[in-house]
Amino acid sequence: MLIKLTGGAVYDPASGIDGAKQDIYIQDGRIVDQPVGDFKVDKECDLTGKVVMSGAIDMHTHIGGGKGNIARILLPEDHRADPVARTDITRSGCGHAMPSTFVTGYRYAEMGYTAGFEPAVLPVNARQAHMEMADIPILDKGGYVLMGSDDYLLRMLTAKKDQKAINDYVAWTMQAAKAIGVKVVNPGGISAFKFNQRKLDLDEQNSHYGVTPRDILRVLATAVKELGITHPLHVHGCNLGVPGNVDTTLDTIQGIGGLPMHLTHIQFHSYGTEGDFKFSSGAAAIAEAVNKNKNITIDVGQILFGQTVTASGDNMRQHANHKHASPNKWVTMDIECDAGCGVVPFKYKDKNFVNALQWAIGLETFLLVDDPWRIFLTTDHPNGAPFTSYPHLIRLLMDRSFRNEVLSTIHPEAQKMTTLASIEREYSLQEIAIMTRAGAARLIGLQDRGGLGAGNWADITVYTDNADRQKMFEKPDYVFKDGELVVVDGKVIHTKWGTTHVVKPDWDASVEKDLQKYFDRFMTMKLGNFKISDDEITEDGRGSLTVHPLKGDVA
Amino acid sequence: MAEITEVPSPFCGIGTDDLTIQVDGVRLKVVKNGCTVNTPAFEQAITDIRPRVDGKEVGLDVAVTKAAALLKETNQPVIGGCATDVNGMRALLALADRSGAVVDNMSFTGARNNFLALQDSGWMNTTLAEVKNRCDLLLVVGVDLEGFSPRFFERYLWNEESMFLEDTGKREVIYLGKAPSGNASTSPSGQKASVFECANEDLPDVVAVLRALVKGNPIRVDSVSGIAVADLQAIADKLLAACYSVVTWAAGALAYAQAELTVQTISEMIKDINNQNTRSSGLPLGGKEGDQTANQVCGWTTGYPARTRFSSGYPEYDPFLNDTNLLLANGEADALVWVQAFDAKAVPPVTSLPTIVLGRSGMTFAKEPDVFIPVGTPGIDHAGHAYRMDSVVAIRLKKLRESGLPSTFDVLNAIEQAL
Ligand SMILES: [Zn+2]
Repeated sequence: MLIKLTGGAVYDPASGIDGAKQDIYIQDGRIVDQPVGDFKVDKECDLTGKVVMSGAIDMHTHIGGGKGNIARILLPEDHRADPVARTDITRSGCGHAMPSTFVTGYRYAEMGYTAGFEPAVLPVNARQAHMEMADIPILDKGGYVLMGSDDYLLRMLTAKKDQKAINDYVAWTMQAAKAIGVKVVNPGGISAFKFNQRKLDLDEQNSHYGVTPRDILRVLATAVKELGITHPLHVHGCNLGVPGNVDTTLDTIQGIGGLPMHLTHIQFHSYGTEGDFKFSSGAAAIAEAVNKNKNITIDVGQILFGQTVTASGDNMRQHANHKHASPNKWVTMDIECDAGCGVVPFKYKDKNFVNALQWAIGLETFLLVDDPWRIFLTTDHPNGAPFTSYPHLIRLLMDRSFRNEVLSTIHPEAQKMTTLASIEREYSLQEIAIMTRAGAARLIGLQDRGGLGAGNWADITVYTDNADRQKMFEKPDYVFKDGELVVVDGKVIHTKWGTTHVVKPDWDASVEKDLQKYFDRFMTMKLGNFKISDDEITEDGRGSLTVHPLKGDVA
Repeated sequence: MAEITEVPSPFCGIGTDDLTIQVDGVRLKVVKNGCTVNTPAFEQAITDIRPRVDGKEVGLDVAVTKAAALLKETNQPVIGGCATDVNGMRALLALADRSGAVVDNMSFTGARNNFLALQDSGWMNTTLAEVKNRCDLLLVVGVDLEGFSPRFFERYLWNEESMFLEDTGKREVIYLGKAPSGNASTSPSGQKASVFECANEDLPDVVAVLRALVKGNPIRVDSVSGIAVADLQAIADKLLAACYSVVTWAAGALAYAQAELTVQTISEMIKDINNQNTRSSGLPLGGKEGDQTANQVCGWTTGYPARTRFSSGYPEYDPFLNDTNLLLANGEADALVWVQAFDAKAVPPVTSLPTIVLGRSGMTFAKEPDVFIPVGTPGIDHAGHAYRMDSVVAIRLKKLRESGLPSTFDVLNAIEQAL
């Protein structure tokens, strides 16, 4: 079947098209060039006056894995306020802060998103992450495997194993967990918490291993680079949420020595200690460092006001943050000599000085970083706010008067501590398309996604241009996934199953000799039972794996 | 005859995956690393192969059609048992969503003690590998741990080496409430566990005093429920002196009213210990026959654990009112679907309502159900996934034999399609 999308204004940064009127053809799920000679169009959509982008990609969203499910089970009262009834084509579930899997897929699609990536896949919990994501309809998905506080790596570092051995272990873990990237959370800090350390600075040693976060970052970033993984090491840094952590973050950027590194939810790591409340914005310094260091990419982790729940691998910082739990209930876990997690409900309030300034710090960061290819639109769902608030966030970025209107309502002392009112920048549609599409696909290393040129999979979102950008991005006219029309007028009309994106870096078979011994001596499962096989993803007939090339591969 | 090694078990809750099982046709024999829970569960023979409708053997398609026809005529079916693997639960929840059923895991009344505490104040917990490598003091509250999981001590406490303890044999074990039924908790060098016995019903008082002592609050009596306060003080001191104490309990073993408050007191006590410059973690026991699996899959599919109804068109959780037995007793249900793929002895409650049973082969009934479909057991007859007690690790279950029995997923999915 040949589908023609006629006459829309196309924003496709991947091909350098910035709002030009252009027709798009879809055949067998992919975008194709206009056929030569005589051809018959089976279905035509007139997109005159519409805005056309590729499907949006959320490069950091907690949609699969144990801590998210703890967050769900912890908050029945939140679900009760947002029940989602079944229809003839969709399943029932719940929404708001941590939606059920099916509702996650529907609501993302209804905002024009066609892919989401879970950034914290614990190797030992990777099965759960993939099983949950397998129950998210429509979206493509993938995960970054969490390393850096696993005792195996820390033992390797103490034993001064060489970089090659670490590369093999990283590659093995990525394949065992079916990942497309590598993430590190509070490097070594999750382990340190198990030894009763309550904080860990960049150069502070884990009391048992004598290893510092800086050491861990360096070997993991090197491994990712040497293995040819496209997605740079994905870093949730030290000292999340601690006033003064802007210095740690700047030091982290300097210390990585030019290696590719992605700093996630940087808003939570951009705090100074100035002012009456000893809490201030470090956004300008961070933005300057990001602008200068081209090896660095970031996502913001914007907070937006209201109830949400924070779910993180950072059990150390989440334990400290439990004092702010609202409602007052929270969970931390130490997990399998592998990692940990902490789940703390939060209610961000615009009349609370700290929350109000956090909001401003995130927006300052968005507006002060020059290159939209190196900054990504996230709320660190659900940690800063549920993903359903993205259209509101886009309006804050694209509409200065709206932004200043909201700014004038937040805690007055916070207004004095931010430069936001003086920043004139408004994001363009093309810049939004870069942050949420082309840039994200490039950052993750997704082939044939995030663009509208021929050869790409036909993940396409069509909006009606509207000066109210929130309204515009809330309710796309059409969303196509792999060429199938799944959303009309902001409502799911058809569902399908997306693919799971992975990479498969090589490792030397000898790595399993040591791992086998380690598993038999110290772990609770057999090595062979630990590794996830391909058929676990595909055997139900709806899942599939899409393997992306490594750098240096011939595509 | 084949021999399969590294077989994981969905029966014991602690994720043992080192069994060796001999397969002779459809006969299984555990030849290595069996225990009193796992061996009989694996070795149970297949008796029924064919489904029955009204007691007569029929083909699977006939049974499925009949089950769908029965369900079509109901307004409020209840799906009880809910003892199956991840895929089985997926199909079960899809069927419940479509038919407006109540979903209720058969172990939920016990597990509720944990969920109510979790949903009210939360907890700080750990998992089995952390216990194996870090735990220097294990406090067992109100449960006969080796009766619950015969190989717990061998696998996770008396392991030869650990990463962070010089000598695993020096770990200390304390029982509060129930005494152990055997000697598994005695260390390899002969060090016996300390036991402070009381009736489980007295645990609320005992645990409350222990928490007060951990917090340094004065206690004005000398003993509580037969346990000397001095002994409880010694336990509190040990908890505060340990580097990584672990407190374990089994929600289902706390079979008295408002036992959730005991779980809450334990969990809050653990938080108190962590506020006094050392580490401590909880370790709730469970994970048998798909209980955690049911709650996990129901959790991501609906937002709630597995005592949830779909009769309004969307999921509604009520840990009390959605109880199968209560709904049957009050006449609020008009059909029962019972799903138990693990245990032939876990039969449905007797009811005069139309009853559809997906059971492990060999299930016998006081009253023959309208439809009985013997299904395969996950980890024996087909591959699958099951959660062990810590709800973190989903074990990959293996297919051990070719029995021809359909999976829970296949049958429930077929019934849903037939609706
Ligand atoms: Zn995150």
